[in-house]
Amino acid sequence: MEAWIRARVTLALTLFALLFFVSRSSPPLQFVISNAERRIDLSSHIINVHLTLKVENTGTRPASEVVLALTPTEVDHLAMVDALAIKGKRKKTTSVRLEVKPTELPDAPPIDAKYFTIYLADPLNSGESTTLEVLYVFTHFLEPFPAEIAQSESQLVFYHDTALILSPYHIKQQTTFIKTPSTKVESFIRVEPTKRVGTEIKYGPYEDCPPYSISPIHVHFENNSPFAVVEELVQEIEISHWGNIQVTGHYTLVHAGARHKGVFSRVDYQSRQFSNGASSFRYLLARLPARVHSVYYRDEIGNISSSHLRTNSLKSELEIEPRYPLFGGWKATFVIGYGLPLQDFLFESSDDKRYLNFTFGCPLIGMVVDKLTIKVVLPEGSTDPSPVVPFPVEHRLEAKYSSLDVIGRTVVVLEKKNFVPMHNSHFQVYYTFNPIFMLAEPLMLASAFFMFFVACVAYIHIDLSIRK
Amino acid sequence: MATMPASASDLLKSFKLKTKQQELLIRVSILCLVYILAFITRLFSVLRYESMIHEFDPYFNYRTTLYLTENGFYDFWNWFDYESWYPLGRIVGGTLYPGLMVTAVLIYRILRFLRFAVHIREVCVLTAPFFASNTTLVAYFFGKEIWDSGAGLVAAILIAICPGYISRSVAGSYDNEGVAIFALLFTFYVFVKAVNTGSLAWSLASAFGYFYMVSAWGGYVFIINLIPLYVLVLLITGRYSMRLYVAYNCMYILGMLLAMQIRFVGFQHVQSGEHMAAMGVFFLMQVFYFLDWVKHMLSDTKLFQAFLRITVTCAVAVGGIALGLGMVSGYISPWTGRFYSLLDPTYAKDHIPIIASVSEHQPTAWSSFMFDFHILLFLFPAGLYFCFKRLSDATIFIVMYGLTSMYFAGVMVRLILVATPAVCLISAIAVSATVKNLTVLLRSKNKVVQTGSTKGSGGSKSSSKALLDQSQPFQKNGAIALLFGAFYLLSRYATHCTWVTSEAYSSPSIVLAARGAHGNRVIFDDYREAYFWLRQNTPQDAKVMSWWDYGYQITAMGNRTVIVDNNTWNNTHIATVGRAMSSYEDEAIEIIRSLDVDYVLVVFGGVTGYSSDDINKFLWMVRIGGGVFPVIKEPDYLVNGEYRVDKGAAPKMLNCLMYKLCYYRFGEMLTEYGKPPGYDRARGVEIGNKDVKLEHLEEAFTTSNWIVRIYRVKPPNNRW
Repeated sequence: MEAWIRARVTLALTLFALLFFVSRSSPPLQFVISNAERRIDLSSHIINVHLTLKVENTGTRPASEVVLALTPTEVDHLAMVDALAIKGKRKKTTSVRLEVKPTELPDAPPIDAKYFTIYLADPLNSGESTTLEVLYVFTHFLEPFPAEIAQSESQLVFYHDTALILSPYHIKQQTTFIKTPSTKVESFIRVEPTKRVGTEIKYGPYEDCPPYSISPIHVHFENNSPFAVVEELVQEIEISHWGNIQVTGHYTLVHAGARHKGVFSRVDYQSRQFSNGASSFRYLLARLPARVHSVYYRDEIGNISSSHLRTNSLKSELEIEPRYPLFGGWKATFVIGYGLPLQDFLFESSDDKRYLNFTFGCPLIGMVVDKLTIKVVLPEGSTDPSPVVPFPVEHRLEAKYSSLDVIGRTVVVLEKKNFVPMHNSHFQVYYTFNPIFMLAEPLMLASAFFMFFVACVAYIHIDLSIRK
Repeated sequence: MATMPASASDLLKSFKLKTKQQELLIRVSILCLVYILAFITRLFSVLRYESMIHEFDPYFNYRTTLYLTENGFYDFWNWFDYESWYPLGRIVGGTLYPGLMVTAVLIYRILRFLRFAVHIREVCVLTAPFFASNTTLVAYFFGKEIWDSGAGLVAAILIAICPGYISRSVAGSYDNEGVAIFALLFTFYVFVKAVNTGSLAWSLASAFGYFYMVSAWGGYVFIINLIPLYVLVLLITGRYSMRLYVAYNCMYILGMLLAMQIRFVGFQHVQSGEHMAAMGVFFLMQVFYFLDWVKHMLSDTKLFQAFLRITVTCAVAVGGIALGLGMVSGYISPWTGRFYSLLDPTYAKDHIPIIASVSEHQPTAWSSFMFDFHILLFLFPAGLYFCFKRLSDATIFIVMYGLTSMYFAGVMVRLILVATPAVCLISAIAVSATVKNLTVLLRSKNKVVQTGSTKGSGGSKSSSKALLDQSQPFQKNGAIALLFGAFYLLSRYATHCTWVTSEAYSSPSIVLAARGAHGNRVIFDDYREAYFWLRQNTPQDAKVMSWWDYGYQITAMGNRTVIVDNNTWNNTHIATVGRAMSSYEDEAIEIIRSLDVDYVLVVFGGVTGYSSDDINKFLWMVRIGGGVFPVIKEPDYLVNGEYRVDKGAAPKMLNCLMYKLCYYRFGEMLTEYGKPPGYDRARGVEIGNKDVKLEHLEEAFTTSNWIVRIYRVKPPNNRW
């Protein structure tokens, strides 16, 4: 352990020295960060990093592209990055959302880093400064250590980061605050000045850091919040123009924290709830749209009887309990399905098209979804589907045969990896549909019955016997 | 008919036709209603619980059906199942009756073809009610064949709600019996029809019905013994006819050839002692025919008598010698234990504990006859009386079917099912005949004398009553009172059936329901909790050891390999498990390791008061284990012949593996207010060994109500 940390630190230091050297030769960037403040929230397994940057244009020309740098590991775990420009002073601040795109820097990067560019709404003139707020969300970033724990132990995790913010710009002053869920911190690396007060560790302020300076740190602390992760969620939204939207979600839930080891004792679990299985979880809460009906919660082998539904006119809450409490590494799969009134979600657009307006997300609250697939099953006979999603997703078309379908229904499949609750937003699927298709299935049934009766009548009236 | 000019007769004709049409309409609508009723009365469990498979065996059927839908028929036929009977495995395709699965998949395919997006599970759940509905139709036609259409209708109604049949055909009870009773009744009906008409077509149909029955259920042995017996009785009573000859020969030969196509049955029709009666009767039939022919040819009676004597002696001698040779050489296998236990109810108890351990193989108690048949139990003898009154080939058949199946129903609880159609049919005859006589009496107005004389041959009850009533002024009132009595009885029957279905036969047994302290329904879903835990959180190739009752469920719901399951084909293997469960832990671990077991599963009801748990089944494990391994002795587990788990229990009992696994850490548990910790609610005692220590096993999972407990086998300690 010790040796490992030491090796890591030396490696980082050599890197640091090297970088320091190299960075001199990197092309002059126009910005300087006069003040940076970073707040890292480690209270759950979704890590929120709020970065407040005061950016100053020290170049000669106006510029509008601010570059952020992240290490490759961070990028692997990055679920989303969001940037806001803060305008105004004191209490009258307004924020404007800015576009952020991954980019490559044209010249050879001095460090193994990935870049994101923030496009400012108005170019920053020479000598001017502005305040940017950046939010990073990371998932699967806390490393449980020890990796396996017994029922009575609580879960300890490592958080790795650098005390200095990785940036292609010169940072004049910076501070980092790390908030841990409890005061139980096993160890953390100090980079003076470092201060620990209650649940917060403060690194800095550090003055005048050259570009690409880093200083690796780690925090080893207790985190017993449920590490509930949905490995895969397939949400199927089936539209029926007869007045119903049927939503079916197939979940694969896993406890992604430290693996459970050895005995699971029901006596201990029942009698000593708090000291036992602290990191396990039993209940999950799903927020469903208002006016939801016929909700069900089941899995491959049948109905799961432990769930409660609370509805009111604004929202519905479904409290579900998997068949067994989930300890580290345990899995559970289940299906949640419900029906919704059509008029709440389906609208007609001006150009004679219809569109579905629905939430792109996971109904379970506070859940990381590794792979989220949303399938919108359009009614039979609808054409030209086009989805509109506020963030980049993969999309393709499929066909599905439901009851009494002849030509099959068009399915719009939208896929998003590494989904966090902050992504929750509405999306639309536009399509054209001729209402005459609604009559196809009733007519088919009616004619089938008609044929049957005709056959019966014919059979009664025809004498088929050979002998007379 | 065409030459009827008079307008009055025209009118009459059209009027007559109209009543006939009305009658047809009423009959068809009653049948439709009965059809629907038979279906919906079996849906209690779906409405109260959910659309799920019940009990134990249906889970295997469901699993195989799933396999059949996914992999197709040839893979199914050649399926070697590695997930059961580890390490032996099971040739599934060759050791099951595929009729049920093929039927369900066929229905599924048809529905899919018609573009109904159903899941195979729903098809499986509803197969039994669907076939029960079809059975009512067959019962109608059967009743019509042996008596009249009125009796048929009554039979259809009675069988639609008879608890004896419902017990095996509620929605979710996806078992062979569900389709087999339909097949059984259909075969009998078609055979009777063939005997009545002498038609090859009906006989062929009965051969196919028999084939379907063979493919669906082991109970086909009943058919292949009852029909020859019936033929024999007809021969003895001098009712031999060409119709019988055609019907039986065609049915037997074709049925036998078709049945041989089922791998599980194979050549048993010519090799097994249980099927020899049919063959004997077949040859007898030929001798009879031959004699008949000779009699026809020879005009001399004396000569014929001599010839008859010689031929019969020769035939019997040849048959006897052939049978003896076959038995001695081992070509014809002797009767199996199950068959013996039918003839001698005490046989299984002494010789085959594994058969005796199953609750549905116990002799039937009187109360369960009453429970399953209700008024039919009293109508049955009355119906027999009517049958004897109007003896024909068909009524002889139903009488024989009724009597033999009643005997079997007395021997084994589960065979009540086979008796149910017969009891319903015979009772229907009683009801129909009585009601008919009474209504005839009511409608006869003043023509009492006439009715009495015409009905003299048919319903003697009415005729005697009519004659009696001639002198009494209350004849009509009496008839009305009797009619009301009959309807009262029938309505009691309907109430009873509904009550029984709803209370007793509609619980899935995999989900347990109880009443809470405030009258609310509490559900114990522990079985599925444990099986799903196994499915999700154990290695794919984990081997689970449990008592054989839970084998099918573990493989179907837990998707894990089991050591033994409900297909109890290998007694030694089961005995090994029984031995492991009843040994001390360090002896048991040797057996467990030799079987390569990873997890041990026990069912324990001490916390909830669930009485059919492993502790209560434990003596059977000891008996079955002891039957093969004499090391295990039943008296070691008993104290003065008494089975106890408290302080006074036998020391071996308190330290055997099963006891330890069930009561591990139970001593710390407070189950009931005002009772000491470790109070077993299922047996109502405080347990004797509260300090259970496990050395080679560790608790892996216990469900929320402790009903299922799973232990992990620890790897052996490292040597040093």
